[in-house]
Amino acid sequence: MPDGASPVLEVRGLKTVFRTRGGEIHAVNSVSFHLRPGELLGVVGESGSGKSVTMMSLIGLLPSPPAEVRAGEVLLGGRDLLKLAPRELQEVRGAKVGFVFQDPMTSLNPVFTVGNQIMEPLMKHMGMTKRQAEDRAAELLALVGIPDAKKRLKSYPHQFSGGMRQRVMIAIALACDPDVLIADEPTTALDVTIQAQIIELVKELRQKLGMAIVWITHDLGVIAGIADRVMVMYGGQVVEQAPVRELFVNPQHPYTRALLKTVPSLTGDRAARLEVIQGQPPILQGEPAACPFRARCAHAFDRCHAENPLRRAIDGREVGKGHDVACHWSPEAAHG
Amino acid sequence: MADRGIAQQRQPLVQVRGLKMHFPIFAGILRRRVGAVKAVDGVSFDIFEGETLGLVGESGCGKSTVGRALLRLYEPTDGSVVIGGEDIATLSPDALRKKRPMMQMVFQDPQASLNPRMTVAAIIGEPLDEHTNWDEAAKTARVYELMDQVGLNRRFANRYPHEFSGGQRQRIGIARALALNPKFIVCDEPIAALDVSIQAQVVNLLEDLQDRLGLTYLFISHDLSMVRHIADRVAVMYLGQIAELSPREALYARPLHPYAEALLSAVPEADPSVESRRQRIILKGDVPSPANPPKGCNFCTRCPKVMPVCREVEPRLAEVEPGRFVACHLFDNTAGGHASPGPEVREHNPQGEMT
Repeated sequence: MPDGASPVLEVRGLKTVFRTRGGEIHAVNSVSFHLRPGELLGVVGESGSGKSVTMMSLIGLLPSPPAEVRAGEVLLGGRDLLKLAPRELQEVRGAKVGFVFQDPMTSLNPVFTVGNQIMEPLMKHMGMTKRQAEDRAAELLALVGIPDAKKRLKSYPHQFSGGMRQRVMIAIALACDPDVLIADEPTTALDVTIQAQIIELVKELRQKLGMAIVWITHDLGVIAGIADRVMVMYGGQVVEQAPVRELFVNPQHPYTRALLKTVPSLTGDRAARLEVIQGQPPILQGEPAACPFRARCAHAFDRCHAENPLRRAIDGREVGKGHDVACHWSPEAAHG
Repeated sequence: MADRGIAQQRQPLVQVRGLKMHFPIFAGILRRRVGAVKAVDGVSFDIFEGETLGLVGESGCGKSTVGRALLRLYEPTDGSVVIGGEDIATLSPDALRKKRPMMQMVFQDPQASLNPRMTVAAIIGEPLDEHTNWDEAAKTARVYELMDQVGLNRRFANRYPHEFSGGQRQRIGIARALALNPKFIVCDEPIAALDVSIQAQVVNLLEDLQDRLGLTYLFISHDLSMVRHIADRVAVMYLGQIAELSPREALYARPLHPYAEALLSAVPEADPSVESRRQRIILKGDVPSPANPPKGCNFCTRCPKVMPVCREVEPRLAEVEPGRFVACHLFDNTAGGHASPGPEVREHNPQGEMT
C-alpha cells in the first residue's frame, strides 16, 4: 500500500438527504474519503451516524424518493458514479463494487439455490456461459471455505448456517473480481466464534486477491484487528480519520475518546465504573449549522454551537492522508 | 461496590439443580412427537445473594431458556430451581403468583417488551395493579419514585413508549421490574439492542441499583467484555450445558474449558497492538443441533483438544480448582473424585518420610 498510489475510490463532499413528512433529514453531510488499492478502511459509528447510508449512496442503492443524493462526486476508475445512468450503474454494481450486507438471512433469495445466486453476476457481468459460471461458482465457494463446494451449489440458503450464508454472500460479492468490496456490518449478526472465522477468511482473501475493502462496523474491537485506516462517523459526518494504530493511541475527537473508554476491555484493567457518553445521538433535521456532537460533548464551547467544524489535519499532512479531526477543541491547547 | 467478590461467604439465593428444558418436536400428519430440542440439558449452579452471575454463550446455547425457566416462564422438563427456600419448578400456580414479586425480568428488546398502547406510568404501575391493593395516590407516588430511581424525568409519565429512545425504553423496563421490590432479577441481554454509547449508561444504572437495593442478578449476555465488567462469577454455556463456571478474574485470566478458551480468544479487543499479537483459536464448523447433540461431550465435534474418551463419555461438571467448575475430560484427573492423583500423592508422602 504505497502512500502515493492513486486511490481506487474517491468520494468528495457527498451529501444525502431524506425527505420526510417531518422535514428533511440530513443523513450524510459532506463526507469525503478515499480508498487506496488493497487497503482496508474501517468505518465506525453508531446506528444513525450515516455510515451505511454513505456507502449505499455511492452506488445508488437508496430508494429515491425519499432519499436524494444532493451533492458530491464518487470517482471510481475515472468515472463519477453519481453521474451515471441507472443502466450504467448496474454494470458497476456487482462487477466493480461488491457488497456484503449485515444480515445473511435476508440478503439471500430463499427460492433460488446458492449456486444460482453466485452464477447470476458471473453470467450477467462477465458474459460466462452457464457451464463456465458453474465451474467458477464452485471455485468461489471453495475459496470462501465451504467444503464439498460442487455439491453445495445445489443447496438452498436455508440449508446453510448463518456463518456459511455470510461466506456465500462474500463469494457472490467477489464473483466478478471487484476493485472495491463494501462490507456493511458483515459480522454483526454472527456469534463471536463465527465472527472470528469470517474475519480470518477476509484477511486470507485480501492476501490472495488484493482488493480494497470498506468495512463498516460499530465494533471497535473488529476494527482494531482488521483495518489499516479508520474513519469515525457521527451525526452524518466524518469526525475523525487516522491510521488504525494512531487512532487508538492518539484519539483526538471527544467522541472517539469517549467511545474508546465506554467499551470495557477483555484483558486490560477492569474499571470500577464504565465511562458514559451522556445523552442521545442527534436527530439530523435541517441543515447542520453546528457540531453534531455539541450536546453530548464535555468540551463544547460557544463556537461549537455556532459553527460546524471542518476537518483539519493534526500532523501537517493533507486532510485524509494522515490524521485529521473535525473539532474546534484541541487536546493540546487544553492541556497547555 | 467494595463488597463485591466476597459472594462465596453469602447464602445462595438461587439454587438450580439438574435443570432440563426440552421442547418437543412434532411432525407428520398426526403431529406425533418425534423428538425434542434439548435447549437446556442438565444445568446446575448457585447464585449467591447480592452477586451477579454472568451467563454467556453463543446464540442457541440455551442461556435465555435458562433465564426463562428459572422464573418459570417455561415449565421445566426436569430439575429443581430453589429461590429463597422454595422450589419454583413445582410450586402451585397460586403460590407461584405470590412468589412472583421477588423475582423479575428485564428483557432484551425494549421495543417489543413494552405495550405500545400503554403510557409509561401504566407500564411501570402494572405490577402494582396486579400484586398490591394500594390506592391510586400510593401507586402514583411509587411510579414517580421508580422513575427517579432509573433516571427518567417524571414529566414523561404520560408519554408512550414510541416517544422514547432505546436506552430510555430499557430504563422503563427496568423500572417495571423494580416495582415490587424484587430480590432477584434475570437480565436477559438487556443491552444487546442498544448502541455502544448507550450500553454503558444502562450497565451503570444496573450496578447502581444493585448497590442501593441489594439486588441479585443473573446477567445473560453474549458480550464477554461487558460480562467481565458486571459479573462476579461467570458461567459459560454450550449446547444446553454449562462448560465452565468460574470466578470472573480466574476465567478471563486462564479459561480452563477448551470452549471457554476458544470463545474468549475469539472476542476482538479494541487495541490494535494487542490484536496484532494475539493467537486466535479458530473453531471449525458450526454448533450442532440441540435436537441431536453429539454422543459423549457435546463440544467433541469442534474441540481442538478432543480425545477418544470425549466421543464416548459425557463429562460431568466438577470442581477442579477451588470455586472453578469445569465439565471436561482434560480435568478428569484433577477433579477431586475418582482416579485422582491427589490422594495417592498424599499416601506416598508419609512413606517417603518413613524411609
